[in-house]
Amino acid sequence: MQPSVSIKDLSLNFGSVKVLEHLNLDIAQGEFIVLLGPSGCGKSTLLNCIAGLLDVSDGQIFINGKNVTWEEPKDRGIGMVFQSYALYPQMSVEKNLSFGLRVAGMKRAEIDQRVKRAAEILQIEPLLQRKPANLSGGQRQRVAIGRALVRDVDVFLFDEPLSNLDAKLRSDLRVEIKRLHARLKNTMIYVTHDQIEALTLADRIAIMKNGVIQQLADPHTIYNKPVNLYVAGFIGSPSMNFINGTLDGEIFTAEDGTRIPVGAYEFGGARTGAAKAVLGVRPEHIFIGEAAEGMPFKADAEIEIVEPMGSETLAWTKVAGIPVTFRCSSDIPLAAGDKVVVGFDIARGSLFDAESESRL
Amino acid sequence: MADIATQSDQVAGDSSRPGPFRRLFLHNLSAKIAAIPMVATVLIIFVGCTIWTVYYSFTNSRLLPRNDFVGFDQYERLFATSRWNVSITNLLLYGSMSLVLTLTLGFLLAVLMDQKVRFESAFRTIMLYPFALSFIVTGLVWQWIMNPTLGLQGTMRGLGWAGFTFDWISNPRMVLFALLIAGLWQGVGFCMILMLAGLRGVDEEIWKAARVDGIPTWRTYISVVLPMMRGVLVTAVVIIGSGIVRLYDLVVALTNGGPGISSEVPAKYVYDYMFGGGNIGQGLAASTMMLLTVLIIMVPWAYLEFGGKGRRS
Repeated sequence: MQPSVSIKDLSLNFGSVKVLEHLNLDIAQGEFIVLLGPSGCGKSTLLNCIAGLLDVSDGQIFINGKNVTWEEPKDRGIGMVFQSYALYPQMSVEKNLSFGLRVAGMKRAEIDQRVKRAAEILQIEPLLQRKPANLSGGQRQRVAIGRALVRDVDVFLFDEPLSNLDAKLRSDLRVEIKRLHARLKNTMIYVTHDQIEALTLADRIAIMKNGVIQQLADPHTIYNKPVNLYVAGFIGSPSMNFINGTLDGEIFTAEDGTRIPVGAYEFGGARTGAAKAVLGVRPEHIFIGEAAEGMPFKADAEIEIVEPMGSETLAWTKVAGIPVTFRCSSDIPLAAGDKVVVGFDIARGSLFDAESESRL
Repeated sequence: MADIATQSDQVAGDSSRPGPFRRLFLHNLSAKIAAIPMVATVLIIFVGCTIWTVYYSFTNSRLLPRNDFVGFDQYERLFATSRWNVSITNLLLYGSMSLVLTLTLGFLLAVLMDQKVRFESAFRTIMLYPFALSFIVTGLVWQWIMNPTLGLQGTMRGLGWAGFTFDWISNPRMVLFALLIAGLWQGVGFCMILMLAGLRGVDEEIWKAARVDGIPTWRTYISVVLPMMRGVLVTAVVIIGSGIVRLYDLVVALTNGGPGISSEVPAKYVYDYMFGGGNIGQGLAASTMMLLTVLIIMVPWAYLEFGGKGRRS
C-alpha cells in the first residue's frame, strides 16, 4: 500500500539557518504519527511544510502518491488544527465550519450535510449558532477540529492543539482525539512537546532534535529501547537515571568502581573492547526491599528525599555515587534516611556509547 | 481618615457593604480626587459652553452677547442664507467622499504595507509625514501645486503641452475635489497606520487556517480580517469624522471659501460671523446646528454600540 504521506529528502533553510535537513519520513494510511521534541526542534516547521504553509528549500512531499510539494494548502487534501484554535471570531460556529466550503462554491445541501455530520461527531450541535467568544477552550478546539473535519480530507494535521487548555480538559480532549482517530481512521500528524500526549496517542512517534528525526518508532520501543542518550533523556518523567562508567566485556564499571554485570543485556550490534559507556535505568525499573532481592544487581542505598505522589512514591537516593530516582508503590513506607536495598535488572536498562551517544 | 474608613470597609467584606453614599464618595477616594480636574473641565468647558452656545443662539447678540431673546429668528435667517446652505452641502459631499476614500485608501495601503515589503518603516514614515504638517501648510503647498498659472498646469503648459488643464482650484464645480485631494494627502497616512496596527493584531494562525480552508487572500481580508478590526475601524471613523466636521484651516489656506462661495464650510461660516462679522447670535445658531448634526449621527450609533450591551455578546 502506498504511504499516505511521504517526505523525501526535505530541507528548509531560513537564510543561512538550516531548520530541516534531508528529512525522510513515510507515514502509512490511517497512521497516527506524533512529532515530538522541544521548542525549536523543527517539528512545527515540518508540519507547516506538509500543510504547504511554508515553501521548502529542497526535497519533495507526496500525499496519497501525488507530488504536492508546490501545491496550495487547499489542494493537498489536508485539514489543520492550530494551537490558538484560529477560529474566525466574527462568525458563528456553523459559519466557521462552512465558510471554506461556501467559498469553494459547494452546494448548500452538501455543506449542510457535512456540517451536520461534523457537529454530530464532535457533539457541538447545540453550539452551532454561537460565536467563538462564547465558547470554552475545549469547545473552541472541537470547532477547530470540526473545521478540518468538514473538508473531508485524508490527512489531519494538528499543531499543538491541546497546549492552550488546562490539564483536565487536555486529558479529556486527548481521549476524544484518540476516539476520533479510531472512528475516522484518517492519517493524523500531530505535533506536541508533551510526551504524555505523544505516548498515549501515537502509533509511531518521531522524536526530533535540531531538525533531525532522532528515532521513529512505536511508543513502546521509544520508551524501552531509546536509540540514543537524547531520546532516553527526553522521554520519561522523571527522566532515566544515567550512570557513567566503562564497559569491558560483560562488566560495567561505574566511575566510583561499582561493578555491574551486564551479561543479560541485549546488545544491538558488534562491540569493541573496553569503552566509555553510559548505563541508563528508568526509575520504575529500580526495585527495593524484597522485590530487589531477585534482581541481578543489588546495592545498599540511603533514601535522601521522598516525594509522595498519591498513586506512587518517588524517592531520591545514590547508587554508585550518582543521584538516582526510583518509583515505588505508595504502600511501601519510606522516609528520608531509611537504609534500603535497591536492585535492577540490566535486561530492562539501556547502555549507550559515551562517545557517539547511541545505543549499544 | 477617609482612607482608613474605606480600608476597613474592604476588610469587613461583603457582610457590611458600604451604603450608596459611601460607595459614591468614599470608595476609591484618591482616584476620585485625581479625576476632579478632568470632571471639572468636562462640565465647565464642554457642557457649560455648549449650554452657553445654545442659549445665546436664541438672542440677537451682535458684537457682545446680550440677553435679548428673538426666538428662532437666527435660525430662520441661517437657513435663508445661501452661503450656509452651500456650506452644508459642501460638508456633506466632502465629508462622505473623504470618509469613504480615507478609509478605503488607508486600508488598501495598510494591506500593501502588510505584504512584508522591504523598507517598510521608510514607507510608513513617508506616508505619515503629511500628518505631521498643519492644515495651513498642506493648504498652501497644494494651493501652489494647483494654482493654474504657477503650479502643475503652468509647468505642463510651459513644457509645451498647451492643452493641459488642471484648474480645479478655480473651478467652482471642481473645487471640492481640490480640497479632497489635499485632505486625503494629509489624512490617508494616519488612517493607514491605524489600519496597519489592526492588521498586525490579527493572529498569524488565522491566516494559516484561511489558507488551509482555501479562502483567497482578498476574501480573507474582507470576510475575516476586516470584521476583526472593528475596534480600529471605529477609532478611525471617529478621528476622520471629527476632522471633517471641524474642517476649517485647510479651506482657509487653500481656497478661502472661493471661488465665490463654492467651497465654504460650516466651521468657516461660524468663525466668520462670530469674529469677523460681529454677529455672535448668527454664529452661535450655526454652531448649534453643527452640534445637532453631529448628535443626530452619534446618538443612534452610540445607542447601537453601547446601549444593547446586555443582550449582545
